[in-house]
Amino acid sequence: MKQLLVFIRKEFYHVFRDRRTLLIMFGLPVAQILLFGYALTSEVKNADIVISDQAKDANTAKIISKIKSSSYFIVHEEQLAGPAIDAAFKKGTIKCVLIFPPRFGDDLRHDGKASVQIIADGSDPNTAKTLVNYLSMIMLNYQQDLAGGGGAPIGIIPELRMLYNPEDNGSLNFIPGVIALIFMIVCATLTSVSVVREKELGTMEILLVSPFHPMMVLIAKAIPYLVLSLVNFTFILILSVGFLDIEVKGSLLLLFAESTLFIITCLSVGLLISNIASSQQAAMLISMMGMMLPTLLLTGFMYPLENMPLVLQVISNVVPSRWYYLIVKAVMLKGLGFSAVWRETLVLAGMTVGLLSLALLKFKTRLE
Amino acid sequence: MAEQVIVCNELTKRFGDFYAVNKITFEVTKGEIFGFLGANGAGKTTAMRILCGLSYPTSGTATVAGFDVYRQQDQIKRNIGYMSQKFSLYENLTIVENIEFYGGVYGLSRAVIKERSGELIQTLGLEKEAKKLVGSLPLGWKQKLAFSVAIFHRPQIVFLDEPTGGVDPVTRRQFWDMIYEAAASGITVFVTTHYMDEAEYCNRVTIMVDGKIEALDAPQALKQRFQAANMEEVFYQLARSAKRSSD
Amino acid sequence: MDAVVLDGITKTYADGKILAVDHVSLTVKRGELFGLIGPDGAGKTSIFRILTTLLLADKGTASVQGLHVVKDYRQIRKILGYMPGKFSLYQDLTVHENLTFFATLFDTTIEENYDIIRDIYEQLKPFSDRRAGKLSGGMKQKLALCCALIHKPEVLFLDEPTTGVDVVSRREFWDILARLKSMGITILVSTPYMDEAGLCERIALIQAGSIMQIDTPDNIIHSYPVRLYAAKSANIYGLLKDMRDNASVESCFAFGEYLHLTLKEDSGHAVTELEAFAQQKGHTGIAVKEISPGIEDTFIRLMNQKSQ
Repeated sequence: MKQLLVFIRKEFYHVFRDRRTLLIMFGLPVAQILLFGYALTSEVKNADIVISDQAKDANTAKIISKIKSSSYFIVHEEQLAGPAIDAAFKKGTIKCVLIFPPRFGDDLRHDGKASVQIIADGSDPNTAKTLVNYLSMIMLNYQQDLAGGGGAPIGIIPELRMLYNPEDNGSLNFIPGVIALIFMIVCATLTSVSVVREKELGTMEILLVSPFHPMMVLIAKAIPYLVLSLVNFTFILILSVGFLDIEVKGSLLLLFAESTLFIITCLSVGLLISNIASSQQAAMLISMMGMMLPTLLLTGFMYPLENMPLVLQVISNVVPSRWYYLIVKAVMLKGLGFSAVWRETLVLAGMTVGLLSLALLKFKTRLE
Repeated sequence: MAEQVIVCNELTKRFGDFYAVNKITFEVTKGEIFGFLGANGAGKTTAMRILCGLSYPTSGTATVAGFDVYRQQDQIKRNIGYMSQKFSLYENLTIVENIEFYGGVYGLSRAVIKERSGELIQTLGLEKEAKKLVGSLPLGWKQKLAFSVAIFHRPQIVFLDEPTGGVDPVTRRQFWDMIYEAAASGITVFVTTHYMDEAEYCNRVTIMVDGKIEALDAPQALKQRFQAANMEEVFYQLARSAKRSSD
Repeated sequence: MDAVVLDGITKTYADGKILAVDHVSLTVKRGELFGLIGPDGAGKTSIFRILTTLLLADKGTASVQGLHVVKDYRQIRKILGYMPGKFSLYQDLTVHENLTFFATLFDTTIEENYDIIRDIYEQLKPFSDRRAGKLSGGMKQKLALCCALIHKPEVLFLDEPTTGVDVVSRREFWDILARLKSMGITILVSTPYMDEAGLCERIALIQAGSIMQIDTPDNIIHSYPVRLYAAKSANIYGLLKDMRDNASVESCFAFGEYLHLTLKEDSGHAVTELEAFAQQKGHTGIAVKEISPGIEDTFIRLMNQKSQ
């Protein structure tokens, strides 16, 4: 036991004396949170929109006034037909076109639902997506106004000619993804590098030759990173709440418990990589390519999984961060309890047990 | 007077307040085998890097093959060959490919490369191995081949940084045969080594201690001056007084 | 009982394509300072790793202090001290932290076995708060030795401890080894430097995975079968070439300031014959004498015999 403690202390020395490790450990989360939180948010302001109101009734007038009063759009009211719209988009003077059909108000009154057409500039999909979302929200808001005034429930169905992302796309959704990404980098990369460094130094030979149990080497390597990652997690939460105005809606305890589980998953991945890699560079490369890219691409926080080819959707199921992402989103953003995420937790726990046993099993008590 | 191919005058390299090389002055004559000895950290590697055009001195002057180490690094590189124990050849290229690559780097024409590589492979007796990967050769062969490649472009000077480390005694001597031969053909050989018996093979030897040259003479003369039976004793007497040492 | 026994050990790499160790058998007696002498790639490191339970041999058996290297590997790991060839400690830990770490790893403390490392550690003490990465080569090597000794091992394995270290530090290191031996520790040390062979009690000359000879350095030197001559002249390379062309010379190679020669048939007045030959070739400053061979001469002779 004393050996384990001394070993862990040594690992802390390594971390705190290496500027590079410290930077990855604590600098990276700050950079990523700020980057994803501010720079990469998809918030758009004062976008030029052309509204072609062919109905000109009370309903459309109200909706248009709502759009005008939001800070998102600069409204140009014009009657535009097909070719003129194309030309305006090509010139780049407008970002979005909203067309109310002639029978909009009638449809709404008689059938309880009506369509509008939204055309967005697909060459800038992120902005397009955001603008569409804003418009949808405004319509929804108007619907709620109408419903609140009594009468039959009505619906406005926006018909889109561009990307459609059902989810709201602010920094809110990035945060759980960024957390998963940070854990993958910090835990998987740093643990694998720290084990491989011992191989390069030749100290691994001494560790193996000592009476210290080889498996304890792995445990001693993993514990400091687990502790540091939890500290890191707290740090990220404070940043998110303090700077990005994100509210943690669910139980903090559950959030930490689930995060601990995911950190162990990442540590197992790191230990597994350290078995394969023989140099620090190789370990770094494998963790970056093998872990970071899937986390970025197949977790669903950068690119919606629903829009991906089936093959990728299937593959995404084996990416641990995908499950963690779902859990954090549910707990942190939606305020759901364990009953809502037990399935995801089970999948993640299964993966962790599998990866960890594989890492321990593969760890050699000899050099070959 | 014989032609001087390396001329150093008060050459100094300073890192902060640390004088890695401290006012060294020496000359190397064309065709000479010049041994450059020193304890770990005495400043050998730093001095050698300056002379190879890889780093600038802090002060002092030096010319290598007639070119200035401050202004004419490119010309220096074109006129020297370099080989070390650590860096030699590409393990995953064949012998012929390695030769062709280095020949190409030094801008030799295809015809010249072809002719010389044929000769080289024949002299080394590697006809059968010519198409084998260098990685599969024994260490001794690799070192001999690396030396041949280092002088393939017929440089005026060849720098050898511990070329025989860990090599077996027979190959080590074959290697020295090659050095003698190169020197006889007019190539100046500038060599560092940890084997003191190899110091005896040099025409002249310098021994660096703490960044300075403490001795520079023919091995025979040094042994007389220090009343030592061999070069190891000479080296020991000088290096024992070293204040500093590091890797 | 012998401290180390190797019996018919064979080790290959790359699915049998590379033969690293070829039927090596040797024994090291208790308390002996035994040297494994050979160039890089001779198989020294593989033998060390098999003995320190880090590698499994393909064939043969080996034991350390009577413990089997495969079956009893856990017990062996408690009683051996090992300094691997590329061992470089934790550069970012201080001297004291490194030593404490290794002491705890072997379930002991610096104080408990201080006697054994006192002589070496006293020299390191002024630097005990310095990071290992900032130490000189010789100091690093001493610290590494302290770390290998801290649990008072019964057998000490040192894989090329003096490679790349200058003459001054090498001498000091061998002085330390002699002291450790006097404390009763069995030491198995490898080196590519032939001149260090004489500092061992017994040595094995190893080349290309197999052992050429095992004996005391004196016996090995005395077993040199022919007379050995040394010759020099003002133009040593010219003399070397001429001597190789001489039909009566069996072998001739450079050796320090002299050439070392053996003759095919020794008439008894070889010195005068060789002098006359050199003079006839026009050499000046000629000196020829009979000398007693060293380990390196034997090594070269054995290697040449093997390759024929």
